[in-house]
Amino acid sequence: MANHNPWPDEGNTGHIWDEDLRELDNPPPLWWMLSFYAGFIMIIFYTLYYPVIPLTDKTGEFTKGMAGWTAIEEYNEDFKVLKDWRVAKFADKEEQLAAMSVADILKDDELRQYAVATSKVLFGDYCAACHGAGGAGNPNFPVLADDDWLWGGQVAQIEASIKNGRIGNMPARGMMGNLSDEEIDNVTDYVIALSEGKGSDPQFAAGKAVYAKGMCLACHGPAGKPLAPAGAANLTDQVWRFSSDRDAIRNVIANGVNVKKNGEYIEGTRQAIMPAFKERLPNADVNVKRLAVYIHQLGGGQ
Amino acid sequence: MSEKQSETASKSGTDHSVLGGVETSNKNLENIGVELLPVHTGGTVHAKRIPGTFRKIKWILASFWLILFVGPYLRWDGHQAILWDLANRQFHFFGLTILPQDIWILAMILLFFALLLAASTAVAGRLWCGYFCFHTVWTDVFTWLEEKFEGQPNKRQKLDQAPMSLEKLKVKIPKHLIWLLIGFATSFSFVAYFTDAIDLWARLFAFEWGSVETTIVVVLGLSTYFFAGFLREQTCIGFCPYARIQGAMIDTQTVVPTYDQDRGEPRGRMRRVKPGEEAPDLGDCIDCNLCVAVCPTGVDIRLGQQFGCITCGLCIDACDSVMDKIKKPRGLIRYASLQEFTGKKLPAIWKRPRVIVYSAIMTFAAGAILYGLATMSPIDVKALHERSPLFVQMSNGSIQNKWTLKVVNKGAEVMQAKITIGSEFQNMEYDVSPAVLSVQPGTVGSATLLVRIPRRDLTEANTPIDIMVEDVNNPQIKTTYNSVFIGPKPR
Ligand code: SF4
Ligand code: SF4
Repeated sequence: MANHNPWPDEGNTGHIWDEDLRELDNPPPLWWMLSFYAGFIMIIFYTLYYPVIPLTDKTGEFTKGMAGWTAIEEYNEDFKVLKDWRVAKFADKEEQLAAMSVADILKDDELRQYAVATSKVLFGDYCAACHGAGGAGNPNFPVLADDDWLWGGQVAQIEASIKNGRIGNMPARGMMGNLSDEEIDNVTDYVIALSEGKGSDPQFAAGKAVYAKGMCLACHGPAGKPLAPAGAANLTDQVWRFSSDRDAIRNVIANGVNVKKNGEYIEGTRQAIMPAFKERLPNADVNVKRLAVYIHQLGGGQ
Repeated sequence: MSEKQSETASKSGTDHSVLGGVETSNKNLENIGVELLPVHTGGTVHAKRIPGTFRKIKWILASFWLILFVGPYLRWDGHQAILWDLANRQFHFFGLTILPQDIWILAMILLFFALLLAASTAVAGRLWCGYFCFHTVWTDVFTWLEEKFEGQPNKRQKLDQAPMSLEKLKVKIPKHLIWLLIGFATSFSFVAYFTDAIDLWARLFAFEWGSVETTIVVVLGLSTYFFAGFLREQTCIGFCPYARIQGAMIDTQTVVPTYDQDRGEPRGRMRRVKPGEEAPDLGDCIDCNLCVAVCPTGVDIRLGQQFGCITCGLCIDACDSVMDKIKKPRGLIRYASLQEFTGKKLPAIWKRPRVIVYSAIMTFAAGAILYGLATMSPIDVKALHERSPLFVQMSNGSIQNKWTLKVVNKGAEVMQAKITIGSEFQNMEYDVSPAVLSVQPGTVGSATLLVRIPRRDLTEANTPIDIMVEDVNNPQIKTTYNSVFIGPKPR
């Protein structure tokens, strides 16, 4: 910075660098400056009025400023307005859902769409953990998007399944628990053949005999197809409850589903329990119906 | 850089650069030929108004903005001809209804005009600023009114300095009222493009405006009044980004209002030569300062093209009128490029690379707009393939895919959309619910589609299928959506 100022008249501030680089004093128009200063005054006002100071007071509350305003309170208020609006706007629809049976809801186009649209989040929160997003299923958990239903695919049956839950039940080694390892092998081959439509081939006659001896037909039906949906799998179709792998199928026949001895699950048995959602869901009498309608339209409702 | 290299570099530099022959070792701006031109900061510029060619052109171009005020009252088919219906997400433009799905056309329109701005600036400088910009136009109208109320610039200056008095208020108040009225008309017209204009008037007199309308009209109206009435050239000089962008788009081939220094200098007042005195050797500029007096941004164009200049051409009018009076040829200040003054000829417009590139992009955008408008169909279908699960194994061995179909009705009548599937598979089955989808005009309807194909028929994991949608009421309205059927990897 030079002390000596070769340009005394041009109104520079006397700050000169590199011999000729100098700072001039060119004030902007007065009103610009006034608004600039007004900005500073606003800072003081803001600091006092709004929660600017990041300290807590004695009660552990954050300082709120004179206005007592906080962003989260404003958010909550706004959100409440939105929520109230939503509740008010759809109150009649909710009432209808509560009053009507699921079968009737399904018939009412508008109501059905409403039920489906309001179920996505609910399904994600309560169902998708086991049944997968969109009912895609997970290993050992049933797919909801197909047309194979253990307990029935009509919307009222789906509703009942959600509401009261379902407990799978299949004895180990046949109804009497008396099938030998060889017999189990034979019947395994037989049920696989059933799903391929080759059940009456002579080579599976041994397995077919075991199917009768083990009284499998009591639940799975004389031809591998249950007479009514009561939890037993349809053995003639292409959908397997647990896995289409032969070892897995054999294991289910050998150790059953949910088989307990002295109150403990026996080793190797499949555990298959769907909890009752009437206790788990909030606002269950409406939400169970909503979910039943939603699941019904995933791809295979009957 | 080695010494040798730098030597050649500086040599070629002196040969070709515009700074050729200029001493650059000293950082002093004056030494390298850069001059700091003054910017007007001394209060309101009161520019003189004089008639002329450019003045006329300015009025004609400015009158385009009158459309802004008339636009909302045009009717078409019983509704407002130009309406941005935000609530229903529709844009009406006479017979056209543009829905959000077509908004890319709007993007093309924006692209077109952005490039038009670039191209016109490359050719003839800040044409937008000087003639068309709403700030320039509104300011022009405001100062024209000011002159009507307060008189010539010198009178206005005196009035501004005079102490507050009843007389002064008598002149000032009507002017401000008219300004505010224009501000209101401007903001009202703006809002009227987003809601029915006539209804807006009706609700104004019934005091039924909502807070949104009121805020926009008041804020926009007051800022019109403030910007055009008070900020004026400060906007262009101080904070309008276009001023900087466009300044940067001007090059040596751009024609802009330029003072012909070779012809005008040395300037001086014409005097009678007294006997015995030698006549001074003067250029054509008589130093009347008229070009400065008429400049709306207070620029002295004789110092060269500079960033305060919005290239409005008014100084050309002024100078031409003076040249006419002293019987010299016009054009001491004229539209010319820097290149002309260096003696080189300007290449033809279509040979300048920037013009070529800009016009190519503009042509593309214009083509896209025409294509978009020409092919705009009254029906639009989107098929969203279910992602989880992508496909489902059904009990009879078929594979099922699920789609959610969105059918947009862009027409004016209710549509009964019927959905059918075309594919190569004989054993394909499908369900659509609802079987016939009825869609209200300007809305979107949605249907669920389930398609099943026996697994043994699938030879690929992905097979194309066509989803065809047809309006039962109006069978020529139809469209096909090409989608893919997804199955497991073939065994
Ligand atoms: S510089 Fe900006 S405000 Fe000024 S006339 Fe041009 S575009 Fe308008
Ligand atoms: S110098 Fe001339 S062209 Fe530029 S703004 Fe002023 S009057 Fe307009």
